[in-house]
Amino acid sequence: MAITVRIPTVLRPATGGAATLLGNGATIGEVLGKISADFPALKPQLFNDDGTLHRFLNVYVNDDDVRYLGGVDAPVGPNDDVTLLPAVAGGALS
Amino acid sequence: MSRYASVLDLIGNTPVVDVSALSPSPNVKILTKLEGRNPAGSVKDRVALSLVEAAERDGILKPGLPGQILIEPSSGNTGIALAMVCQLRGYHLKVVLPTNVSPERRQLLHVWGAEIIDSPGSEGSNGAVRLAQKLSKENPEWVFLYQYANPANPLAHYTTTGPEIYRDVPEITHFVAGLGTSGTLMGVGRYLKEQNSDVQIWAVEPPSGEMVDGLRSLEDGYIPPIFTENHGEQLLDRKVVVRPKESIEWTRRLAEVGLFVGISTGAIMCGAVRCAATIPEGQEATIVTIACDDGWKYLSTGAWSDDIDDVVERAKRIIYF
Repeated sequence: MAITVRIPTVLRPATGGAATLLGNGATIGEVLGKISADFPALKPQLFNDDGTLHRFLNVYVNDDDVRYLGGVDAPVGPNDDVTLLPAVAGGALS
Repeated sequence: MSRYASVLDLIGNTPVVDVSALSPSPNVKILTKLEGRNPAGSVKDRVALSLVEAAERDGILKPGLPGQILIEPSSGNTGIALAMVCQLRGYHLKVVLPTNVSPERRQLLHVWGAEIIDSPGSEGSNGAVRLAQKLSKENPEWVFLYQYANPANPLAHYTTTGPEIYRDVPEITHFVAGLGTSGTLMGVGRYLKEQNSDVQIWAVEPPSGEMVDGLRSLEDGYIPPIFTENHGEQLLDRKVVVRPKESIEWTRRLAEVGLFVGISTGAIMCGAVRCAATIPEGQEATIVTIACDDGWKYLSTGAWSDDIDDVVERAKRIIYF
């Protein structure tokens, strides 16, 4: 079963405007690797050259930041919801 | 003794209250530290005093010398707290403020004599930071304390908030707080881990990024230098994002147990309840959270009275938390 990945506005130029994408895989690295194979412009926005997550990108599985759950190796299940959000200073809703 | 010589002496030593009635588990206690009891009404009073005192110690600010000007970007509580401290210390404060903050915040800045410089609302906090940086470069005589990078920010929490929590709740197992400048989490987190390395530190992040239209690319992103310099990724054990609707729901739940607190406190409480839900059955835990401020500044949101979906819609346009 596919995993829904929510794309923030700032990354939508790289997905042809799509706000959600479907991915699959057992880890967050596999899921994001799959969608960046479909949309090559996304890859440098998601990953550094060494395969770690982009410094200014936060990735959440069910609203839990994957950096504290094993990074790209964090496990994902079929009903999980993946959200990508850019890092900002916090406290701002505009 | 409840007699004080100065309003500044009222900062800190805030009470902690048990809100376990909201805990999902009978084995998990939840307590919250009421920072709204500070004289300018928020946890940022501690930071503002610490920033100004550090600058005075370093000779950057000179008490009693007329004509000294400070500039600081703030969408809320830090500006208000600095305005109060600056008024008492005799400094002129300019606050760079996004145009779309709630009206109460503007009024409070005026109460304590601060001057407001508008920054574009669509750029949120990041835009205010950028404009303050630009203005401080153009006016090198202005003092830019810059809470996002100033070590006196986490130091305030390392020397006051952290020790107060450990004194009042020595059985603490988890600390849950909001992630803005990261000052609270870095300062309290480091202090608590030094006392007991088993204490877990959880960050709650508001989902601001998806709504900041002014963000042109990921490279416009921002991680506070305080977070990086304090090795935040190693210090934190978990980070969760809480949605605006959940934040307002939990702000209302807190009111049901008697606490009239701001919306970020609702978000933090939501994070604390999620934290409580991870504790295995039969295991005891004590979670301490921060109630950043009281609800007064948020009355214009309708957070307690209006349809919750309307409040969430409004929160996309106006900075409330």
